[in-house]
Amino acid sequence: MLNSLTSQLRTIWTILQHSFTKAETVQYPEEKPYLAPRYRGRIVLTKDPDGEERCVACNLCAVACPVDCIALQQGVKDDGRWYPEFFRINFSRCIMCGMCEEACPTNAIQLTPDFEMCEYDRSNMVYEKEHLQIEGTGKYHDYNFYRVSGLAIEGKDKGEAQNEAPPIDVKSLLP
Amino acid sequence: MSELDTIGFGLVIIAAAVGGAAFLTWFERRLLGVWQDRYGPNRLGPFGVLQVLADMIKLLTKHDWVPPFADRAVFIFAPTAIVVAMLLGFAVVPFGPELYILDLNIGLLFFLGMTSLAVYSVLLGGLASNNKYALLGGLRSAAQMVSYEVFMGLSLMGVVMLTGSFSLRAIVEAQRDLWFCIPQFLGLFTFLIAGIAESHRLPFDLPEAEHELTAGFHTEYGGMKFAMFMLGEYLGLLLISCMIATLFFGGWLGPWLPPVVWFGLKVFILICFFILLRAAIPRPRYDQLMALGWKVMLPLTLLNLLLTGAIALLMEGA
Repeated sequence: MLNSLTSQLRTIWTILQHSFTKAETVQYPEEKPYLAPRYRGRIVLTKDPDGEERCVACNLCAVACPVDCIALQQGVKDDGRWYPEFFRINFSRCIMCGMCEEACPTNAIQLTPDFEMCEYDRSNMVYEKEHLQIEGTGKYHDYNFYRVSGLAIEGKDKGEAQNEAPPIDVKSLLP
Repeated sequence: MSELDTIGFGLVIIAAAVGGAAFLTWFERRLLGVWQDRYGPNRLGPFGVLQVLADMIKLLTKHDWVPPFADRAVFIFAPTAIVVAMLLGFAVVPFGPELYILDLNIGLLFFLGMTSLAVYSVLLGGLASNNKYALLGGLRSAAQMVSYEVFMGLSLMGVVMLTGSFSLRAIVEAQRDLWFCIPQFLGLFTFLIAGIAESHRLPFDLPEAEHELTAGFHTEYGGMKFAMFMLGEYLGLLLISCMIATLFFGGWLGPWLPPVVWFGLKVFILICFFILLRAAIPRPRYDQLMALGWKVMLPLTLLNLLLTGAIALLMEGA
């Protein structure tokens, strides 16, 4: 009985001491919390250092997406490059898991430290390619898929990519 | 004071009490915030004080709904009863040497009677709602009442013995030399606990117990009817603070400052203390509260009564 009474009094005293501690609250709209550069927020499509779209419309992001919020259609340019004819992300479904970023072979799709997406109309949460595409390279500044991949496009044949040996002619006897 | 003056003063007191209770809803949240290392409502107006207004607009514009399964007449009557009873309690509180509405020679009994009536409101509200949570809340309220009402009255008898009167003005006057919180510290302790239980505040808000009973006795209430229960609770807090200040801390007595200011200051500090209790202490089970009431508090008050009586007799004899 006496034990519990002193315990209660000690609790009151401890709480009273909190009159002099600072509030933990972050006053949000005025005071923004720190977001790490790798924070998983709003999704963007980036461009390679030459200013071309990185996305090759391989559909891996759409396959990886657990909530099926990504839709796109592949097209082929005259020079042999692949590109998305449309690229649509429904952010009202997106759970910002980052699976698409992990799946992307060209570092095109990236998540950014921005979570402030509020709309009065739900259909405004559906972002098309022109909303997603940014001018910069995002988190990977030097990466250009077509320069390192073996895919032949106009102006770059097989074996001409960086760190790539020319293909072996299996019909020749020369070493 | 003439009759007209008394009526006018009564209206002023009602306005002040209701306004004070509304202000308390904001003040309590801010103070709890301070003690729990957060801010509480701080957006609307200076320091967020207009939050009261926003809450009022919200409650007033809500649909005034009576559940079809409820006992309609009692359901509507219950929230009014607590406010009326608590406001009537303010009639006997002496705010200053000449500032009072009624100087009843049984003022203390009147106060005890009015606060006891307020329990009916909770009981009837719980019963009329026809909802199992509300019923459990009302049940707990009844259990709580039988355990604290007994020692609540008895804890004040020491004060009455020392004064020789039930009049609250006489009780304040008797504390000119020494506040009763010193000779009656046991009475103060027990009355404090009874007072918290009486006003249904944490840690003794068993009838409400939002963590266990959704909202206890006022589960089915909404809009202004709910607001009336809240108003009643805060009026109860104010009234209990006023009574503790009057009975144990010398009421309006104090040097230099005008009497009303002293009274207000004491009430304010007591209210802060009640809010501190709410911030610090967890809620007991209701059998624990009953055990505390009957096994600890009642013997303590009886002991206090015995000692006070003996000492009073000795002083008289000497």
